[in-house]
Amino acid sequence: MRRTPAELVGAEPGPAHHIEFDGRAVPALPGQSIAAALWADGVLAWRTTRVGGRPRGVFCGIGACFDCLATVNGRPNQRTCLLPAEPGTTVTTQEGHGRADLAV
Amino acid sequence: MPTSPSDASTYDLAVIGAGPAGLAAAVTAADLGLRCALLDAGRQTGGQYYRHPASGLGAARPDRLHHGWSVYTGLADRLAAHREAGRVDFLGGHQVWALERTGDGYAVHVTLGPEAADRATVPAAAVLLATGAYERQLPFPGWTLPGVVTAGGAQAMLKAGLVLPGRRIVVAGSGPLLLAAASSLVTAGAEVPSVVEATDYLGYARRPGVLAAVPGKLVEGAGHGSALLRHRVRLRRRSAVVEAHGTDRVNAVTVARLDADWRPVPGTERRIDCDALAVGHGLLPQIELATELGAATSTGPDGAVALQVDARLRTTVPGLWSAGETNGVGGADLAIAEGELAAHAVADLAPRPALLRRRARLRAFAELMAAAHRPGPGWTGWLRPDTDVCRCEEVPVARIREAVEELGAGDPRTVKLLTRAGMGWCQGRMCGPAVACLAGSGEPGPDRRPFACPVPLSQLAAAED
Ligand code: FES
Repeated sequence: MRRTPAELVGAEPGPAHHIEFDGRAVPALPGQSIAAALWADGVLAWRTTRVGGRPRGVFCGIGACFDCLATVNGRPNQRTCLLPAEPGTTVTTQEGHGRADLAV
Repeated sequence: MPTSPSDASTYDLAVIGAGPAGLAAAVTAADLGLRCALLDAGRQTGGQYYRHPASGLGAARPDRLHHGWSVYTGLADRLAAHREAGRVDFLGGHQVWALERTGDGYAVHVTLGPEAADRATVPAAAVLLATGAYERQLPFPGWTLPGVVTAGGAQAMLKAGLVLPGRRIVVAGSGPLLLAAASSLVTAGAEVPSVVEATDYLGYARRPGVLAAVPGKLVEGAGHGSALLRHRVRLRRRSAVVEAHGTDRVNAVTVARLDADWRPVPGTERRIDCDALAVGHGLLPQIELATELGAATSTGPDGAVALQVDARLRTTVPGLWSAGETNGVGGADLAIAEGELAAHAVADLAPRPALLRRRARLRAFAELMAAAHRPGPGWTGWLRPDTDVCRCEEVPVARIREAVEELGAGDPRTVKLLTRAGMGWCQGRMCGPAVACLAGSGEPGPDRRPFACPVPLSQLAAAED
């Protein structure tokens, strides 16, 4: 059995809460970003690109690349690697430019 | 340095970036009697290098993910004492998007929080730039697949969120960050089948004197090396990942040997199964706040553009100092030495000669390291016409080549205008070096972006008031 990052640093996190990802409950630990909670759940992609419709998730992990965009609590184009996962945060896969509401 | 009498709330010094250089600069300047603001886009101090788990994660041993963690805690303790005494204000969640010279000082314009929901202006008599660096990326087929992440990004997600992108992670690219990333990934439980490094490390051996002068660097390297040996990680030198495979996420990579110019050698390809790839080709100084003010730059031995500073770390813009990676990438120890030196200079005091010598030794090593990992021109040999170069705007190699060969674009700026490469969200941070190379201009010019980070239009409109 290999060890986990949490075991390595002797983490004793506060109780997990949940965020909602595309209608499904995903556990999150206090202090984790939305992107980290999704990775911990094995989810690597939560956006499709505007031109090719291809899946994307975290690339840079520090707010520089904008690949990790998603619709968070109804607001599109949010960088999930920077946003903390708060109890009850809802995240939806973002398609295209994230402005479907503006389409004619 | 006198505080402007007209505005009692003006700081003597605004330090931008709370990583190693900025932390060292702020606490040293406060020791010397200056009243400082320490600004960072993140909520915590430490920057990317000392990125650590949020307190809610209850990490008892954050040092296990770090080299030299006690150096950070020492700086953090000094900062806490200065904050208590009112000598330093730490302004976390403050992303600086522009520096403006006012009559006798600076207005530091910031947006607040990750959503940039509000903005503020911090007045200061002098500014010290310690904004660090971001990673250099070279595209390859499949690099936009989920599971392909930057080497620094894998580290950042691990250090801050205690998560990994997969179980079997190939680490590839060039530069010392790869060994650090691989060693933290394996220690945290990932399997790393291979570290794929494009250079052969012979560059280091050419200057044994420079190496011997920085024994700490050798110890650090040996530490990573022994972690990799213990976990049976294979180091492939003079090789690169030339393709990532998968549909919805990466499931394997192809690695090929490179010749001395980084051209893939046909027939040497090997496939390695993995569920993630951490990739990066060193770091690029993040200097746009200074170049927007016209600060002079110079190109380092790795082809990266850094700020030009004098012996006292003054940029060519009056009242603007720079410390650490912004002067050329060289690691945390150098950044700390430069932060201290710059603080002395801002306070108009002479530094200890030992500090000057330490900085000189570490700078010499940084130059050696930069030269050793400079990307060779042959890397474009692994591109295919449909490989996306610009991730944001999805601009493939073929369109950039067309702009260069058929439409006559000879520089990155023209390529950008013709193809939209570099015009998306990240403003060319990810594709800049590749576009410059494909445009044939060799080196990217100094970073010039109208704003150093995204600013909501509402904020700009408000700025007009
Ligand atoms: S992963 Fe790059 S901005 Fe979030």
